[in-house]
Amino acid sequence: MKIKKKILLVRNLKKTFTMHLLASLKVEALNGLSFELEEGDFGVLVGPSGVGKSTVLQCIFRTYKPTSGEILYLTREGQWVDLARCEERNVLELRREEISYVTQFLHCPPRVPAEFVVAAPCVLQGRPLDQAVWEAREMLRRLRVPEKLWKAYPMTFSGGERQRVNLARAFISKPKLLLMDEPTASLDAKAIESVVEVLEDMKKGNTTVLAVFHDKGPIEPLVTRVVPLVPKSPGEKSHEGLCPARSYGQGVWR
Amino acid sequence: MKSTAAPILEVQELSKFFGPGCPQCIEATGPEQGNNVCDTCSTVVACHGVSFQLYEGEVLGIVGESGSGKSSLLKCMHLDEVPTFGSMYHREVGMGRMDLFQCSDQQKRAIRNKLLGIVYQSPHLGLRMELSAGANVAEPLLLQSLRPRFSPIRARIVELFSQVELPVSRLDEPVRYFSGGMQQRVQIARALAPSPSLLLLDEPTSGLDVSVQASVLDLIKRIQWDTGLPIVVVSHDLAAVRLLSQRILVMRHGRVVESGLTDQVFADPHHPYTQQLVASALS
Repeated sequence: MKIKKKILLVRNLKKTFTMHLLASLKVEALNGLSFELEEGDFGVLVGPSGVGKSTVLQCIFRTYKPTSGEILYLTREGQWVDLARCEERNVLELRREEISYVTQFLHCPPRVPAEFVVAAPCVLQGRPLDQAVWEAREMLRRLRVPEKLWKAYPMTFSGGERQRVNLARAFISKPKLLLMDEPTASLDAKAIESVVEVLEDMKKGNTTVLAVFHDKGPIEPLVTRVVPLVPKSPGEKSHEGLCPARSYGQGVWR
Repeated sequence: MKSTAAPILEVQELSKFFGPGCPQCIEATGPEQGNNVCDTCSTVVACHGVSFQLYEGEVLGIVGESGSGKSSLLKCMHLDEVPTFGSMYHREVGMGRMDLFQCSDQQKRAIRNKLLGIVYQSPHLGLRMELSAGANVAEPLLLQSLRPRFSPIRARIVELFSQVELPVSRLDEPVRYFSGGMQQRVQIARALAPSPSLLLLDEPTSGLDVSVQASVLDLIKRIQWDTGLPIVVVSHDLAAVRLLSQRILVMRHGRVVESGLTDQVFADPHHPYTQQLVASALS
């Protein structure tokens, strides 16, 4: 059996928010989370609402600055980088070349046609515009976004159409690590089916996925690893020991 | 990773005081003190100790309320003002080892004309209203060559006009006949004319109504896409900065109180002022 490469090691990750406007209220979102992912893994973060699933994704993407801990990521060039601490321009480069993040909400400039919104990451990676637009159209077609919308502005789309544009934009850059936060929440069964198909292809292409799903059913066959997050009960000091490596994939996924 | 290239621009410990200055100035001002005027000598500390680097293809946003020092900083960067302390290095000037602030006035003019493009909030600052739009765009090109020739310059202006989506047919009209949004486009065309290596934008969309704002933002974004030109954009319009920039500096009372990736500063602000700013923004 082929030994798989580890590509993401999260160690003792902590994130505390200090809200200065509310008398410096401290909110602890993560307290010492550790897990790892191997290349080609499809990992899902599970746990009740408010347990910090999205915070994990945002710490990895550096939308949040982790308070402490390490997020070691193996780049395409084979270097280990600590995403929790590396320089901003390195984060920007990794976001452009290797790490994509899809949320439930599409943020894009106003008055830019959908096909250009989707093509943008390709152009930033250095592909010529016409090729990027061609790839964008292929991806929009696969995700069943009606052709008549390709030249329209996504701000005018329905929730599900917007979300498909959002997904298309993340898929098209062929990331090495794909982070997704409830990406299928606003999609109907047919659309989810097409998303799952693309994800299957990406998995064959060795993309590693870490995601949060509200409705687990349709993606269940893809999942190779479960990262459970456990709410902190009073008197307990940390998550540590509650989600050790050995508990992956055991029973939590239902 | 590829991110080993030298920065295009490096600003080190830049400070700008208006007034005589005294040893207490720095301690008596800043966000903790809640003002930017020194009690002892009434010096205005417009900005102090600002350092950052700008890399190829990057857009840096500078946000902050009125009087936070962001425009003073930009004026120093455009070599319009002489900073009180600090230094600035450009990759293309003296192998990146020459402090731009120490250059002679003649060198500064050459640097400004060749390497730096600027767009002001008010077109009145950046344009000569009585001249034609074409002449305004031609000016930096005329300054660049010793023996300017008409037809290549004319051709370049036509090219720039179509790049910023201005009607070429109105090229010879006085720029004061133009609408606010069009004047802003003329300013952008003028700033781009000498193919600068850095574009400075001072509140580029603040005086415009929303539909024109969107089209000017779209234009700036597209220019950035097409050319990879590094941009420093100063604005109190958080939405505009969020759309344009990858990194931002947040300024208050002349100091940088927070800096970071744009989405991180908006999603996870650390400084009390930034939290207030983000919480107050209309989404």
